[in-house]
Amino acid sequence: MDKIPDNRAWWLVLPVFLLVAFSALIPLMTVVNYSVQDIFGPGQAYYVGTEWFKEVLTDQRLQDSLIRQFAFSGAVLLIQIPLGIGVALMMPKSGIKGSLCLILVAIPLLIPWNVVGTIWQIFARGDIGLFGWAVNQAGIDYNYTGDTVDAWLTVLLMDVWHWTPLVALLCYSGLRAIPEAFYQAAEIDRASKWAVFRYIQLPRLKSVLIIAVLLRFMDSFMIYIEPFVLTGGGPGSSTTFLSQTLTTMAIGQFDLGRAAAFSLIYFLIVLLISWLFFTAITHADKEK
Amino acid sequence: MRQTGYKNIGITIYILLLLTPVYWLLNMSFKTNREILGGLTLWPQNFTFDNYAVIFTDPSWYNGYLNSMAYVSINVVITLLVALPAAYAFSRYKFLGDKHLFFWLLSNRMAPPAVFLLPFFQLYSSIGLFDTHIAVALAHCLFNVPLAVWILEGFMKGVPREYDEMAYIDGYSFPKFFIKVFLPMIRSGIGVTAFFAFMFSWVELLLARTLTSVDAQPIGAIMTRTIGASGIDWGVLAAAGVLTIIPGLLVIWFVRNHVAKGFALGRV
Amino acid sequence: MAEIQLKSLAHSYSANPSGPGDYAIRQLDHVWHKGGAYALLGPSGCGKSTMLNIISGLVQPSEGEVLFDGKRVNELSPRDRNIAQVFQFPVVYDSMTVFENLAFPLKNNKVPAAKIKTRVQEIAEVLEIEDKLHKKAKNLTADEKQKVSMGRGLVREDVSAILFDEPLTVIDPQLKWKLRRKLKQIHEQFDITMVYVTHDQLEASTFADRIAVMFDGQVVQFGTPTELFEAPNHTFVGYFIGSPGMNILEVERCQGGVRFDSTELRLEPWQSEILGGMKSDNLKVGIRPEFIEISPVMSDDTYAAEVRDVEDLGTYKIVTVKLGEQQMKVRQSEEFDAGIGSQVNLLFPGQWLMLYVDEFLVQEQQ
Repeated sequence: MDKIPDNRAWWLVLPVFLLVAFSALIPLMTVVNYSVQDIFGPGQAYYVGTEWFKEVLTDQRLQDSLIRQFAFSGAVLLIQIPLGIGVALMMPKSGIKGSLCLILVAIPLLIPWNVVGTIWQIFARGDIGLFGWAVNQAGIDYNYTGDTVDAWLTVLLMDVWHWTPLVALLCYSGLRAIPEAFYQAAEIDRASKWAVFRYIQLPRLKSVLIIAVLLRFMDSFMIYIEPFVLTGGGPGSSTTFLSQTLTTMAIGQFDLGRAAAFSLIYFLIVLLISWLFFTAITHADKEK
Repeated sequence: MRQTGYKNIGITIYILLLLTPVYWLLNMSFKTNREILGGLTLWPQNFTFDNYAVIFTDPSWYNGYLNSMAYVSINVVITLLVALPAAYAFSRYKFLGDKHLFFWLLSNRMAPPAVFLLPFFQLYSSIGLFDTHIAVALAHCLFNVPLAVWILEGFMKGVPREYDEMAYIDGYSFPKFFIKVFLPMIRSGIGVTAFFAFMFSWVELLLARTLTSVDAQPIGAIMTRTIGASGIDWGVLAAAGVLTIIPGLLVIWFVRNHVAKGFALGRV
Repeated sequence: MAEIQLKSLAHSYSANPSGPGDYAIRQLDHVWHKGGAYALLGPSGCGKSTMLNIISGLVQPSEGEVLFDGKRVNELSPRDRNIAQVFQFPVVYDSMTVFENLAFPLKNNKVPAAKIKTRVQEIAEVLEIEDKLHKKAKNLTADEKQKVSMGRGLVREDVSAILFDEPLTVIDPQLKWKLRRKLKQIHEQFDITMVYVTHDQLEASTFADRIAVMFDGQVVQFGTPTELFEAPNHTFVGYFIGSPGMNILEVERCQGGVRFDSTELRLEPWQSEILGGMKSDNLKVGIRPEFIEISPVMSDDTYAAEVRDVEDLGTYKIVTVKLGEQQMKVRQSEEFDAGIGSQVNLLFPGQWLMLYVDEFLVQEQQ
């Protein structure tokens, strides 16, 4: 559709603008404000310029957390994207079976995130959880509260369980949008299953996949509740990711200045990456 | 054809694996704490509804659900009300700063809630809205409104502008056209948007917990605070968990046909 | 190359069909002979695409058999039947070049690379797209894409038959004519059985040696374009073929023939004889505008009609006349000069006045 230029459209957009500005701009200004001050208590704030930023960028704890975060998000993408595509390919395309499948696969997405954490907290325990018990029975020494590797694997497993359905459902609807004629033509051309995937399905999933990668990367980058409930960030700080580090700093330790500076850097990283993806999406859209 | 057989087996296995932890929660919710801690049983030996009874009779539990439902509903209503006109504007008009505005909106969908924790806390306290449903509803607008605008714009782009022009020729004023002609055409888009707004608000806990303490405490906060003198009340906790899944199931059942279309736009 | 036979074929899309209305294809027996160029002509919804999909195997018929060279193929999947099908909308593999698109069916059949190259080149030349071979398929125009689609259907040398499902729908009118000629050329060159589905009678006549007209799930006539024109077997064929179509009037029996309103029409003796032996009241007569004559004099054989409208189409005129309460169209040369409201004398030559009972033509027993 060719859009008509008309600045009066701003009236329609105004409520959204105000609401989001209220929810976003004002708090953000507060954060910026705090990030350049050292606050000892109410009314005792001193301007310190970029000192906090320098400290944050050299803070070992934060750097470790950042590295852990990237590792986590990377692992998440590596597992969830191919798995999601695979699940989408297996789901029935239509009918009552299709609807039922859709709903069952979507269940993990509908569970409050703290409950997700609780479910896995119980499920992975060696004493009262089916999974923990089964793994130990199989002879493997498994304890997610005490062992770092086990904790990492459990958090990953939980996230895969929780969020793969999102990738699957995105790809599923992308697949459903492919007209039947393409499959018919491929049948007549005697294409193998792999050829059908490579030449018909995958090209059409491209834009959906970009979005899936964007969302999963960003959401995993901001993850907080689920690992917090599951491991509390432990053992030690091995599963403490960025959001938890920030939250502890801001609310737990009330280290406002440092937390604010950290927040800004955190947000900037997120913005940069989402801008990169946004450009990629609009580029892909244009090609259509 | 034969391939469907493998597919069916594959998807069945996946769904079974997916549902096992949920089953486990369900399983625990029908056991007594003694049975839970006593040893591993695949199904309740002493089936009991006690845990659910606690939740339904104890206000400190069921209020959590009521509070959560309250702020989620308010959020969905507000989100739809502001997003609909905005999405319409984005889909039909070019205006000063439109691309930047759109990107800025999307960036809020990507905002880490942790960043906004403290400022929100201070903001809502300072205007006296701390511990109210409206506070959480407004706070959730941060990510739900951009999402709603994004999804709705996608659906609206699919309605050719010729319909608008036809309505004007027929004498409809803009509000009348919008409500009587346009909205029914994007019915499924509204359904999808409402579903996702519901979903993301229902599952979010960090902001919801930070902005409330007693009056508007969401069920998630109550669950995470349940550590009694005798340790964690696993049975009640499990029952509470099961009950949080049900509203989501109901909502998705109602919009199941529309949801596939919504995902198809790839705008979740 | 194959002879395709459809035996006692019927197809319903619903699981439990309760009556004829549930069937997309009703009792059908038909043979497509080897190497023929055939058209399957009919209005939308008459079952043409269903029939095509049954032949290629994309749809399994609910009743009856499909036989290739005498062998039953109902259970064979499309890939095993060795059929090429071209769809209404261009189906191209976007991520591949034109060359790769055309080569695709050959690659799947494990044809050696050198052979693929020559064959693709050959087909691309025939379709006049050889200069686009290295372009990405998604950058083509709609008709170029459709040509590629058709090319994929033509590129395999070992196909039993090629089925075309209204392939020129998206093509520009100027190009349609060219492509139709091309297809005819290809048929003459490669001598493969081709079945071409369309709802356009002109396309059908240009392309096919024999046309199967489908109506309401049945093949109501199978013949050359001339046969369809001169002896339409079904009122639908009469109405559908020809521009304008046949004049069809509802009549009832009377002494000496049939009549409508107050006009009595005489029938040939053999027509009256056969009519006498039939009980049905669903009677129609048909005569083509081309065969109605206008006589300068009135006689026992003429019928007086009033001129209502004259359409001048350049080299000929279509005159609308009113006979009794019915309107009919008559085709006349450009010299026709009677004005509106004037009276003309219509002559219905016995050999062209067709009698239809229950929609089907009453034919002289030989």
